[in-house]
Amino acid sequence: MYIMNWGVIAQNLPLFLRGALLTLKISLLALVLSIPIGAFAGLCRVSRNRVISFLAACYVEFFRGVPLLVLLMWIFFVLGRILRLGSYWSAIAGLAIFSGAFVAEIVRAGIEAIPKGQMEAARSSGMTYVQAMKLVVLPQALRKVLPPLASQFIILIKDSSLVSVISVVDLTLIGKNLVATTFRSIEVWSFIAVIYFCMTFSLSKFIAFFERQSVRE
Amino acid sequence: MAEVAISIRNVSKSFGSLRVLKEISFDIPKSQVFAFIGPSGAGKSTLVRALNGLEGIDAGEILVEGVSVHDRRTDINRLRTNIGFVSQSFNLYPHLDVLGNVTLAPVHVKRQGQEEARERALAILGSLGLADKARSFPQQLSGGQQQRVAIARAMAMDPHMILFDEPTSALDPELIKEVLDAIRQLASTGMTMVVVTHEMSFAREICERIVFMNQGSVLEITPPQEFFSNPKTERAREFLGKILHH
Ligand SMILES: Nc1ncnc2c1ncn2[C@@H]1O[C@H](COP(=O)(O)OP(=O)(O)O)[C@@H](O)[C@H]1O
Ligand SMILES: [Mg+2]
Repeated sequence: MYIMNWGVIAQNLPLFLRGALLTLKISLLALVLSIPIGAFAGLCRVSRNRVISFLAACYVEFFRGVPLLVLLMWIFFVLGRILRLGSYWSAIAGLAIFSGAFVAEIVRAGIEAIPKGQMEAARSSGMTYVQAMKLVVLPQALRKVLPPLASQFIILIKDSSLVSVISVVDLTLIGKNLVATTFRSIEVWSFIAVIYFCMTFSLSKFIAFFERQSVRE
Repeated sequence: MAEVAISIRNVSKSFGSLRVLKEISFDIPKSQVFAFIGPSGAGKSTLVRALNGLEGIDAGEILVEGVSVHDRRTDINRLRTNIGFVSQSFNLYPHLDVLGNVTLAPVHVKRQGQEEARERALAILGSLGLADKARSFPQQLSGGQQQRVAIARAMAMDPHMILFDEPTSALDPELIKEVLDAIRQLASTGMTMVVVTHEMSFAREICERIVFMNQGSVLEITPPQEFFSNPKTERAREFLGKILHH
């Protein structure tokens, strides 16, 4: 019979903490990088220029259609080798490019949620397309985009557990390594599940709080 | 002969296989008010939106103060600063207060200073009875107030003409009068105006010409007294019969 021994958790707390911090750091960096990528792709997506819009659609569809695991492998073993990225930056690049496709869709949806009359009113007053976007459409779209962007961060925290396959020592890989040396798989994986849950759940509560605040405004 | 503000020459347009404008030609002289009336689907909105290039056209030409609206070489943004546009749905900018709405284009398009634009905006808002609303946000205003702000926003650019597409259609009946009063006030300043409207008594009162449209064609262009007492076409008679007996 398997006898629980939670001592393995207590003894390795600093290790878990390090893993959790790395997970947060990678996710946050990937999010920060994916915002300009996604904003650019999203703006191209709503462009009236068919070629630009098509290229952006290709980016979005391709990276939404490839499993993240495969993408991480490809970046690590192909792009990473060519550019000498190493596992840490390969992981961040992979997550950022992947997440960028989703951010692009968030940005597109945010822009398309603004009634067409807003762009028309702005253009009617003599603004250029860029001015109308900058002064009228985007400030309104920004409010619509913030909540789904925050959710994207939660998704990144969970998806980032895949970077362990390219040997980035995140929370998941710490778990794998600990199980390999201590054989305490039930304790370790249970605890790690709880840490992921605490990170994502507290974040989503935090987001909900801010959403309530902005509704009240 | 009076100076021509807008010249519409053989303009046609289709949406797919639907011909929405069929070889329309007429001139709108400076300082006159033209009312476009006709059944829904007649092409009134399409025509009025073509006047400032919001809609493209397939054939013909529209000249605004002698400048071809749909010519690729035309600086359309510059041309539009002379053409105010007020639509049925107000389209105020919800993230800006009333003052922000009215000063946005003067500051960013006409490069007026904030202070100058602000003073001008307050004067216009005052003339429309909105002086105390300068710091309100659109969501806090009634439909009638919102539409008057939209008119103020158009006036702030000092346009040479203003186009209205059913400015009172989205309003509750008790709010229509305040908006019509604002438009009336503008007409009295000699502003060139095109007004798409279903308000027949208003059209009769303020406009120089009724442009009656049906299925993409202009059937008659007549002074209002004549149009309402003795319409030339059978279709117009029918339309008036329906609308006046409701
Ligand atoms: N963007 C569009 N695409 C396809 N059909 C349109 C579009 N806009 C208007 N139409 C059609 O063109 C016709 C004229 O419309 P419109 O100019 O809005 O008429 P009105 O303003 O007189 O009611 C209608 O049959 C309408 O359904
Ligand atoms: Mg219409």
